[in-house]
Amino acid sequence: MSAERLSTGGSAIDRARPLSFSFDGRKVDAFAGDTIAAALLANDVAIVGRSFKYHRPRGVWGSGVEEPNALVDIAGRGPNTRATTEAARQGLVAVSVNASPDAARDRSAFLDRFARFIPAAFYYKTFMWPDWHRFEPRIRAMAGLGKVDPTWTAPEAADQINHHCDVLVVGAGPAGLAAARLAAHEGKSVLLVDEQMVPGGSLRHRDGEIDGKSTAQWITESLSAVTGAGQLFLPATTAFGIYDHNLVALNQRHQDGRPDTLWRVRPRRIILATGALERPLPFADNDLPGIMAADAALVYLRCYAVRVGRRIVIATNNDSAYEVAEALIEAGAAVTLIDMRQDGLPSAPKGVTVLRGRMIASAQGKSSVESVTLDDGTRLTVDSVLVSGGWTPTLHLFCQARSKLAWSEKRAAFLPGDPVEGIAVAGAANGAVSLSEVFTDAVRATQSPSPAPASTGREASGGVVPAWPIAGAKGRIWIDYQSDVTAKDVELAARENFVSVEHLKRYTTLGMATDQGKTSNLLGLALLAGISGRSIAETGTTTYRPPFTPVPLTSFAGPRSGELMAPVRRLPLENTHRAQGAVFQEYGGWLRPAFYGGTDAEAAIQDEARRARQSAALFDGSTLGKIEVIGPQAAAFVDFIYYNTMSTLKPGRCRYGFMLSENGVVFDDGILVRLDEHRFIVSCSTSHVGAVHVRLEEWRQDRFGRDAVYIHNATSEMATLTVSGPASKQLLATLDLGLSLADADLPHMAIGEGRFAGDLLRVARVSFTGDRSYELSIRADRAEILWRSLQEAGKAFDAVTLGLEALMILRAEKGYIVISKDTDGTTMPQDLGVDGPRTKRQTDYVGRRSLFTEVAQAPNRLQLVGLAVPDGEPPLAPGAHGILQDGLKLRSQGFVTSSYLSPVLGRPIALALIERGAARHGETIDMQHLGQKRHATITAPCVFDPSGARFNA
Amino acid sequence: MQIFTCPFCGPRDESEFHFGGEAGNTRPDGAGVPAERWAQYLYMRANPKGATREVWVHLTCGEFFVMERDSVGHKVAASQALGGAEKSE
Ligand SMILES: [Zn+2]
Repeated sequence: MSAERLSTGGSAIDRARPLSFSFDGRKVDAFAGDTIAAALLANDVAIVGRSFKYHRPRGVWGSGVEEPNALVDIAGRGPNTRATTEAARQGLVAVSVNASPDAARDRSAFLDRFARFIPAAFYYKTFMWPDWHRFEPRIRAMAGLGKVDPTWTAPEAADQINHHCDVLVVGAGPAGLAAARLAAHEGKSVLLVDEQMVPGGSLRHRDGEIDGKSTAQWITESLSAVTGAGQLFLPATTAFGIYDHNLVALNQRHQDGRPDTLWRVRPRRIILATGALERPLPFADNDLPGIMAADAALVYLRCYAVRVGRRIVIATNNDSAYEVAEALIEAGAAVTLIDMRQDGLPSAPKGVTVLRGRMIASAQGKSSVESVTLDDGTRLTVDSVLVSGGWTPTLHLFCQARSKLAWSEKRAAFLPGDPVEGIAVAGAANGAVSLSEVFTDAVRATQSPSPAPASTGREASGGVVPAWPIAGAKGRIWIDYQSDVTAKDVELAARENFVSVEHLKRYTTLGMATDQGKTSNLLGLALLAGISGRSIAETGTTTYRPPFTPVPLTSFAGPRSGELMAPVRRLPLENTHRAQGAVFQEYGGWLRPAFYGGTDAEAAIQDEARRARQSAALFDGSTLGKIEVIGPQAAAFVDFIYYNTMSTLKPGRCRYGFMLSENGVVFDDGILVRLDEHRFIVSCSTSHVGAVHVRLEEWRQDRFGRDAVYIHNATSEMATLTVSGPASKQLLATLDLGLSLADADLPHMAIGEGRFAGDLLRVARVSFTGDRSYELSIRADRAEILWRSLQEAGKAFDAVTLGLEALMILRAEKGYIVISKDTDGTTMPQDLGVDGPRTKRQTDYVGRRSLFTEVAQAPNRLQLVGLAVPDGEPPLAPGAHGILQDGLKLRSQGFVTSSYLSPVLGRPIALALIERGAARHGETIDMQHLGQKRHATITAPCVFDPSGARFNA
Repeated sequence: MQIFTCPFCGPRDESEFHFGGEAGNTRPDGAGVPAERWAQYLYMRANPKGATREVWVHLTCGEFFVMERDSVGHKVAASQALGGAEKSE
């Protein structure tokens, strides 16, 4: 190569603002406005990276998002950044990908000499035995592209913006600018986006005159017309996906170091003016550095004043390369134009030799292209080869919206098929070639009555001849630069019957990786079509999926990271508990005290559980559900919802019960309170409040009707503070609660209403510890003073404050279950020893019929039991299996669901679900956990105060 | 992200909704329901390709309603509150 920066010109660069950055440790001089790729070419850097698999040297191919080769890792920006779209910035540090120590001197370059031994699927086929995973790490280390920095963390959360507009125009080239301008003129709200840093698209480097103005002037005017009408233009913003109901996702890049911004746009109408991408030409060693898209060379010349070579061969199958040839001649290069076409050629630019009906057969060169050999054997010495294999309309977004493509033989391209509601395609993306065609098409897409802008000047024809790779051609013809796929790999895949394009992609990796085959897909499937004797239309394309270009994960995450990833719910008294030394953990989505004080968690928990049985204990049970069921049909409603008959409950009383799913499985358990004839409170499990509420609403709306029952979730309105233990009654008697605590007035399983400090106080005598207990519910914002009063009163009784871990021990001693810990997705009420309603109830309830199926009545169901271990042994592991020798096979007969050390009993306790467990109390069974075997004896689930005497002690 | 229309609140993002099952899956009451009928109620779904009628719940207002939509193209045709046409089935 002999690329250089010319002393004048370059519409994108500001020569008054020089800067420098580093590439592979080398200093690169640039100007403000340069892309990294433009600056590398200006410094005549031929090799910018190493290929994915064979470590072949690769140079800059294009000038935009299609770039397969020029990927760099940029500190602070991320891996695999396209050098063609990233702005050169002062002090930026860029490193080439898949090369060590650098792209120019890569140590693994030797791999290319073994290339014929490692075709597509080589690794799959070769490393089958003994195990691919033994080879994988070393192979992976040699292959691949950029490196992820695992230590990197986002400096700040990315913004995410929701946006609505009448018209979203994707692409600010001639078609997009014209369409956006028309829409804005008609008073529509418009969002215009372009993935380049400046608007204009092809107008930035192609000849033309529009409405009597220069292209530069027309771009500026059109943009002012859009923004002047109060509408929005976002440069450096890629529309990367269209999702259901035409939601368009945009990723906006910033130049000030901020993370990219994600936009979710809901336009009424989408105009895709996404342009077209130039295709490579198939010839041997067409991947050598110095071989580049012809259009890209024109971009580098006119926007960045970089002439990519001195002795240039341009090979084409269409008109678009003629302007490139003319411009390079004018810039002082020697240019030979090789046109595949025999007829319909434009007139040859002055000074350019045109070879008609010829094509390149092969390229030669070591680290960059030095000569080409034509199909007639002519050899030309070159320092740069520019190719144009035709244009592929950019229809990724169109296809993501589930639209179909239609093959156009005349244009040698896939064009938009049947229109999709709300989406129009305009300009080159729609197959328009000349500027006047583009403008007419843009006006059509906007459905505007206005006339199209008038363009004068060069009018390229759409004439093109096919330039597809042909099976059996000599040499290594590269189809996919980024994934290192040659024509021979495609032939191999077809030979092995991978003739569907989707299979071809997966077998050869054609069209994979960061560029998703933007330049290669069509060549690959055209070759496959040729081999398999089908047309290109019959062969079809692979499925287009978002994203169009890689999107940083930070954009998708937005603010949802760290604590905001899954926000916990917080107790009204959290700060008070913290001041008391609580150590918090998350339980069922709530942040709750696990235990109080001390660094020795186990000792603190044991101490709390032991002291709770001695005198009095206080704990915060505010998370328990409190869903009110009110109305004339409330009693009938709870009867239907619960497994247990609830309508017989007297006002002022509480009853424990199960809610089942329609498949008979226990969904939730808890206390139902009847406040009066037509008013109940469903006290459901902490983690189930939302689900129970939705379930109640569903049955209310679908079965009972809106007038019959009213449901209100009051869970977060009230805090519930619990006093438990033998001294709980005396403790409460020292406070003025405005109600009688006499057992005759407030017996076990009753509820009373009082007042505390002027506020309504509900006192329920229900117990989750097995001891006499009082649950005190009060307005959440008044709970603090009640808690402090309880603490103060507790001092005289040596009351202990319990965290959730100690409470778990106390309830397990009593055999009380925690739903979905001590039950699973098969547990029915009879498995928990509650068979009464099943056998006796006459009225219907949720899940009833399922309790009488064959499975529900099977003799070997898992049933809730307790497990005792031999003296001196530690607790069983939760999840440990009860095992059984069944013939020659060892099988599980159930498992441990909860396991603790009980301080009051001085031994381990456990709850388990064991086959036929209810009938096997006293039997000793084998247990196994992680290969370790033990014994355990089946007991009743309740191992502490089975008579329940302590409820009233 | 689809847009669903709650009959009470209007068009909203699909993330505000939960699926509630196929519409018209009437519950057979009683302990004597034949096993086949009960299994059909619990498990058998038509899962049609194309036009569907489904029950959805708008979580933010808590209302269940019937939505007609296309399971292939995802176009939403109509939404109606329960207790209207649905209840007469
Ligand atoms: Zn709603």
